[in-house]
Amino acid sequence: MSLLNLTLKVWRQSSANAAGRFQDIEARDIPDHASFLEMMDIVNERLISKGEEPIAFDHDCREGICGMCSMVINGRPHGPEKTTTTCQLHMRKFKSGDTIYVEPFRAKSFPVIKDLAVDRSSFDEIQRAGGFVTVRTGSAIDANALPIGKEIADAAMDAAECIGCGACVAACPNASAMLFVSAKAGQLNSLPQGQPEKTRRTLGMVREMDAQGFGNCSNHYECEAACPKDISVDWISKLNRDYLCSAVVEKEAVAGGGGD
Amino acid sequence: MTAVATSISRFYDSSIGKKILIALTGIVLVGFVIGHMIGNLLIFAGRDAINEYGHFLHTVGHGMGVWVARVVIFGSIILHVILTVQITKKNRASREQRYGVTHKDASSAASRTMILSGLTLLAFFIYHILHFTARAFNDYDTYKTMLHGEQVHDVYKMVIAGFSWAPASIFYIIAMVLLCTHLSHGVASMFQTLGLSNSKTRPLFQAIAGGFAAIILIGNCSIPIAIWLCGYGR
Repeated sequence: MSLLNLTLKVWRQSSANAAGRFQDIEARDIPDHASFLEMMDIVNERLISKGEEPIAFDHDCREGICGMCSMVINGRPHGPEKTTTTCQLHMRKFKSGDTIYVEPFRAKSFPVIKDLAVDRSSFDEIQRAGGFVTVRTGSAIDANALPIGKEIADAAMDAAECIGCGACVAACPNASAMLFVSAKAGQLNSLPQGQPEKTRRTLGMVREMDAQGFGNCSNHYECEAACPKDISVDWISKLNRDYLCSAVVEKEAVAGGGGD
Repeated sequence: MTAVATSISRFYDSSIGKKILIALTGIVLVGFVIGHMIGNLLIFAGRDAINEYGHFLHTVGHGMGVWVARVVIFGSIILHVILTVQITKKNRASREQRYGVTHKDASSAASRTMILSGLTLLAFFIYHILHFTARAFNDYDTYKTMLHGEQVHDVYKMVIAGFSWAPASIFYIIAMVLLCTHLSHGVASMFQTLGLSNSKTRPLFQAIAGGFAAIILIGNCSIPIAIWLCGYGR
C-alpha cells in the first residue's frame, strides 16, 4: 500500500439557491486501496475534527448497484474508469500530486441539495409516468406460459441494468435524459408483458421527461461513454422509433376511447 | 382542437417529435445539396451544358417546377432552423450552472458546433440567394446568350464573374467547410433520430455521412477554386 497526497477542488454549496464555489482541500496520506468515497470519508473525518463543515455527497450500497453515488470527477461523471461507479473507483487510479476536481451532477432538473448531493426525483416522476407494467395481483402465471425469445430477454436485461444514477444527464452537453428514459421504456417495450401499455408508456415518459426540463438528445453519445452500466445508445434509437409509432397510434387511441 | 390537431401539436411540442421533424427536413436538404452540386458541376462541361441546365430548371413544368422546388426547400430550411433554434435554447436552459472542468469522451467538434455551422450556413444561404438567384447588387441579370436559337440567361458567365471576386469565393469555401462538418454529424444523426441505427449499423452510417460530407466539400469547392485560383473560364 502506498499513500497519496492529493489536492481536491471540491464544489461547496450550502443550499439549492446559494452561490457555490470550489474549495481547495489538501488530502494527505490517502491509502491507494481506498475507494473514492472512502477517500471522501477520510477527508470529511478530518474536516469534522477541525470543526469544519463536512462535504455532503450521496452514497448508499457502495457495491455499484444502487445508483446513489454521483459526483463529476475531473469532468467525468463517476470519474475516469469506464463502466465504474464512483463507489467502485479506487484511489490507485490516481497519482500522488494529482489535482482532482469534484463537482455535483449539473442539470436544471437535478438541483443541488448541498455540495455534491443533487435531487434526482425528476427521474422518479418519469418512472411514475409509465416506467412500469400494470399487473394483476395474485398468483404468478405458470412457468413457460409466456414464451419470450432469448434475444429479447437478453436485450431487456441489458436495459434493466440501468441503475438510474443520472450520469447520462450529467455527461450530456444538453443535459438530456434520453439514455435513462430509453433504457427504462425500452426494457418494458421489448417484453411481451410491456406491450399492452407500450403507447401510453412511451408517450407518457417522453412527455414527463420534457416537462421536467431535461434537454434534447443531439446524438453526442457522451451518455453511453459515461454510463457505469454500459447502456447502449441503441436504446435511444429504439425510443425514437417507438415514439414515432406511438404518436401515430395515439390518434386512434384518442378516437377509439382507449385500447393502447 | 380536433383529436388530430391535438396529436400533431403534442408531437411538435415533444423533444423527439421536434428531432424527427429536423431529421425529415434534413433529408429534403440533403437531396437539395446533392442535386445542386451535380448540376453546378456542369460548369466543367462547358458554357452550353450549364446554360441548358439552367434553362431547363426555369422552364420545367411550364416554369412551375422551379417554384415547387423553391417552396419545398425554403419551407424545409425555415422549419429546420426554427426547430433547431428552439431545441438549442432548451438545451442551454437545461444546464444553468456550467461545469468547472469538462472532459469529452465521445462527442465530436462537429456535433458540438451544429448550431454555429447551421446558422452560418443560413447566413451564407441568404447571401448566395441574393448573389446568384435574386442577382441583387450586381448586373448578372443583363448576362444573356443564345442557346439553340433562343435567348437565355448566361449562367456560365455569371458563375465565372461571381467567383472571380475573391471575397465571394472565400466565403463560399468557408461555408462549404461548415456544410461538411454539419453533414458529417447531421446525416449520421438522421438514422439515429428516425430509429434506424443500432450498434452494428451506426459505424457504417457514420462512415457514409463522413464520405458524403467529403464528396460535397470537394465537389462544391472545386468550382470557386478552379475559377478564382486556377483561372478556369476567365
